[in-house]
Order: sequence, then C-alpha cells, then structure tokens
Amino acid sequence: MVLLRLFVGWHFLYEGIIKLYNPDWTSVGYLASAQGPFRSFFIWMTSDAMIGIADWGNKIALVFVGLTLLLGIFEKCGAIVGAVLLAMYYLAHPSFPWLTEVSVEGSYWFVNKNLIELMVCVVIYQLPTSRYFGLQRFFDKKEVLTQSN
Amino acid sequence: MKFTRRDALKGLGGIPLMGAVWWAGAASTVAKKKERSAILEQLNIQPSLPAAVPGIGGDPIRVGIIGFGIRGEQLCRALGFATNEWKEEMRLAAEENPNNSTLADFEAQDKLNVHLAGICDIFDYRANKALNSFNTPDNKMERFRTYQEMIRSGKVDAVVIATPDHWHAPMTIDALENNIHVYVEKPMTHNVEETYRLREAARNSKATLQVGHQHRQTLSFQTAKDIIEKGTIGHVSLIQTNTNRNDDNGAWMYDIHPDASPQTIDWDMFLGSAPKVPFNKNHFFRWRKWWAYGSGLSGDLLSHDYDRLNCVLNMGIPDSVMTSGGIYTHRDGRNVPDVLQVNMEYPNFSTGSSQAKGKEQGMTFVYSATLGNGFNRPTILMGHDGTLELGNQLTIWPDRQSTRYADNIENEKMSPGVPIYQYDPGASTPDGVASATSQYFADKGLMWTYINGARVDSTFLHMREWLSCARNGGKVSCGVKEGFEEAISSHMAGLSYKLGRRIEWDKETEQLKPIEGIDFDEALLAPM
Repeated sequence: MVLLRLFVGWHFLYEGIIKLYNPDWTSVGYLASAQGPFRSFFIWMTSDAMIGIADWGNKIALVFVGLTLLLGIFEKCGAIVGAVLLAMYYLAHPSFPWLTEVSVEGSYWFVNKNLIELMVCVVIYQLPTSRYFGLQRFFDKKEVLTQSN
Repeated sequence: MKFTRRDALKGLGGIPLMGAVWWAGAASTVAKKKERSAILEQLNIQPSLPAAVPGIGGDPIRVGIIGFGIRGEQLCRALGFATNEWKEEMRLAAEENPNNSTLADFEAQDKLNVHLAGICDIFDYRANKALNSFNTPDNKMERFRTYQEMIRSGKVDAVVIATPDHWHAPMTIDALENNIHVYVEKPMTHNVEETYRLREAARNSKATLQVGHQHRQTLSFQTAKDIIEKGTIGHVSLIQTNTNRNDDNGAWMYDIHPDASPQTIDWDMFLGSAPKVPFNKNHFFRWRKWWAYGSGLSGDLLSHDYDRLNCVLNMGIPDSVMTSGGIYTHRDGRNVPDVLQVNMEYPNFSTGSSQAKGKEQGMTFVYSATLGNGFNRPTILMGHDGTLELGNQLTIWPDRQSTRYADNIENEKMSPGVPIYQYDPGASTPDGVASATSQYFADKGLMWTYINGARVDSTFLHMREWLSCARNGGKVSCGVKEGFEEAISSHMAGLSYKLGRRIEWDKETEQLKPIEGIDFDEALLAPM
C-alpha cells in the first residue's frame, strides 16, 4: 500500500511540476475538445474569465496531491482531491464506446487509466499508510504522547 | 517520547523522493524550453499582428450591391447586413447545435460606418430579398434596374460586384471611370484584353479598387511572408497547392430557385457579352460551369491559390504555364474542366539560398485540382532547408539535407520529422492536445483568421480595409497590380488547357507571347 501511494504521488507531482515550470502550458485544448454529458461545463471553463482559474487550480491541485501522497501527510485529503481531479479528467473525455476518442493512447471500453487511478485514490483514502511511512508518523507519536500524559 | 532512527527513516522517507521527482520535472521542462527558445531565437520569426486601419469617419459610405447571390449575401454580412431569412436559419442552427456560433460571431463583428443604399440584381426574387431585410428606417435602400443606372445615380459612393465573371470587368471599368469605389470578386476579369482596360481605368480613376482575395488579411500568410524573407526554408523550388472537393455544391451545382422565369430574370442583361442562347435556368444559377460566363477551376479556385502564394512570395506572373485536365467527374453538360493540373514556371525566381551562389534559382508552382475527391492535400512550399505547410496555421519542418540546419541536425537539436516552428493564431498554446483540436477548427474555416485568439471574418477585414482606404486614402492589400497578376496568370492557365500548348509571358512588353493563328480571347471563351 505504501508503494502504491508513493507511485500515485510520484505521478501527480511530476505532472504538476511539468506544468508549473512551463509557462505556455494550458488546459484549453483538453477542455475545449471535451466530450460527453458535461461538455458544456468544460467548454465554459475555457472562457477568458475561467481559464486562468482552471489552469492554476489544476497545477496547484496536482502538486498538492503529489506532495501529500509522497510525503505521507494529509493523505486522505490528497486522495480526495486526486479522485476529484481524475473524475474531472475522466468526465471531460469519458471512454464511452459511442464517443469518438480524441487524443487518447490505447483502447478503452468505459474503464480507462484515469478511472483506474481514481479507484486507487479511493483505496488510498480507505487504507491510509502515512502513519506507517510518512510525516504523519511524527504527529501520531505526539498525539500518543499527549494522550498518555 | 523519543523518535527512533526507524521513525525518522519512515517519517522522512518521502522527502528525498519528492525532491527527486520535483528536480526531474523541473529540469526536463526547463531544458526543453531552453532548446525550444534557442531554435525560435535562431529562426527569429515574427508572428504578424493585424494592420491598424484608420476608422471610417464622417458620413456613412453609401454602398451599392451588384449581384445578390450566394457571394453577394456573404459580402453584405461582412459589411454588417444579414437577411432576416439567414438570421433565422442561423438561430435555428445554433439551437440545434450550441457550438454553432455563426450568428453570435456575426453579431459580435465591429460595425462599419456604411449605408447600404442600393441593390441591383436582375433576378426579382433576390433584389426583393435584399430590400425586405435591408430597406429599413435606419437604412433606406433603393433597387436599381441596371448597374449603369446605379453608378450614375449619385446615390452610391462605392459598389460591391459579386456577379458572374463575365460581368466583373465591364462593371468595374464603368464604376472606376465614374470615380465610384469598387470591391470586385475574383477573378478580376474574364478575358485577357479587358484585364488591360481595367488596369488602365484603375490607374486613371480617383476611386479605390479592391479585388476580393480576402485571405490577404489572414495573419498566418503575413507571418509566412516573414518566414520566407528570413530564408527559414531556403530556396523554394516547388510549391504545391490543391483543390479537393467531392460534393455537388463544390462542383458548382447550385440550387435552382423555383421563382426563376423569363418574367423574373432579365435574361439579356445576364448574357451581356456571352453568346446569345435562349433562357436557361441551369446557365443562370450554375454559370460557373460554362466558359461563356465563368472560368472553371482556373478562374474560380486557382486564382485563390495563386494569390495566396503571390501575397506571400510576390512572385508575379509566371514566365510560362502548362495545363492539362478534363471533364472526368461531372459529365453533366458543363464545358469547364473538373480535374485540372497547372504548372507555372518561374525560372528566374528565388526565395534566397543557403548554398553556393548561383546553384539555386527557379521555381515551379503546381496547382492540382479535382472535384471528385475530398482528401485534404495541404499547401506545401518545398525549400532546400525546410518545408512549410501553409494554411490558417503554419508548420515548418527542417530538411534532412539542409545546409542551413546541418549543424543542428548533426547534433540532434533538430530532427526532420519534428516541426521547428508552428504558428496557430487560433490557440494560445503549444499543448499537443490543443493543436490537434484547434487544427480541426482552423482547417474547417478557410474564411476565418484569428486576432488575439478571437475568430474574425477575413472578408470583413478585407472590406473594412477597402472602405478605410476609400475614405482616408492609403494602399489596399489587393489592388489592381495584384488583380492584374492574378487575372493574367489564371487566364494563362485556362488558355493552356484550351489550346494544349505552353503559354508564355513576355515580362518586358507585359504581353502574352503571340501564337500564330490564335486569338487568345476567342480561344479562352470558346465553348471548347
């Protein structure tokens, strides 16, 4: 479980850092080409007023999830944010057989990599490991200490 | 409570991992960015911004419309006037498909200081259609029976000519001689002789002439000019442009209106200089299919592609032209070809060279067209140092054997399969996903250009420039020089097809080199 958590954190952090250090990066393309039932919502996010918020929100959220899962602190919070992000990615380009898939590598039928990683986030939420490996370990010890006093 | 060493390891174990991932991500992004900006710096291409056009001050310019068919309606919309029928149609289209922003785009278009004062169409239905929508308390509009009447009425300052090709020159010349500004659709003329007369009239007129090659306003073409001037792709030896259509509308099979009859159409006026034939709806609505009124692929579509390149390269009229083709996909009684291959030779032209002086000179411009297949073949400029794909977007690939980029290719900073420059004014991003989708949109809209990311009708920009020059003076993008080159080049292509011979241009005398026993205009307009 620790390894699983570290791998997901690793992935999120790297995605976030890549975007953070590239001033040209934007989610316009991904959002503008959205498909499926929530298409209009994602298109709305590409508006001038929204796109800056969407881009920065995404970058900060990615780095946040990466840090929490890698460092092992507030991991439940990180797992929820990660699951919400992945749900949005999935809904923007859902792998429904009746939609033409754009810019996707691999072949999927409903279940795709985003959905799987989302489920992993749920599992991480259910089975937290930061008490065992992560910064949380120190806080826990302190708590135990306070209680025993 | 004491932390053991085991606690410290397990508690802090994530930190080095985080550091490694952070460093790896940052380092690779920064390195890529550096490489990219080094290449861009080396190329030093300046993406063009739209030219600032002085506003049209004072009283509104009074514009008369001659010809209110498919293109006439489009031109009116570019001037800010859409028929009620069209607005309703677009409203329904937007209701059906929320992504259809045609009506919203039209309504967002800047308003021009224009009064649509007159309409002249020889088909009653079309003239009335214009009056019904445009003759309002704010915009008094009058119907004129003939263009001569409109030009001499004193009620219009400018005319827009969107008629069949054989009427372009007579109307333009008459308007220019009366100092009425003219926006005329392409091709500028229908035969060789009148091209000279029109040029003379334009030179002697106080009025402003703009030929309707609206893509001169497309920003990517202006950027392409900078790319060529900087020698980015080296000596261009071959240009390929294409027309690929596979539908009835694309093959000029336009709808025949049920109201059409000898009573509602001034048939003699339609014929003009064309051979006298009895009333024929097919000829009236689908005039592009006959040499008598139109000019087929060479005048309708080659003229576009030729001017697209002439505005980037300023290569002028070719030294010689060879054309072949035939009627292979629409054997419906038409006499213009529907498959056409045109080779224009420019033996003395050069876009600059990165090799030994004198090694490279000369270029062939190939136009290849079919109305029987819709596969999208892009416009390609092939240079010794690179290849430029020209559309609403631009892409440049370095050539494996390039002299200019030899070092970059050797040390793998460039790779022949990877573009070194991409220009997409419709997207603010080099994101892989973004270009895939925006490419789709951009390719669709030949008629659009992008300014600060917003779609703008290039015809609107072209007409605005014309009106601004008419009011304030200044030079239009597609005046009589450009129109003359476009018309002569198109006619050379048509003539070569007709005669099955090489047609040559004498630069000194500015004349087609004569061929014994051949009257060029007779040959060009002959039924075949």
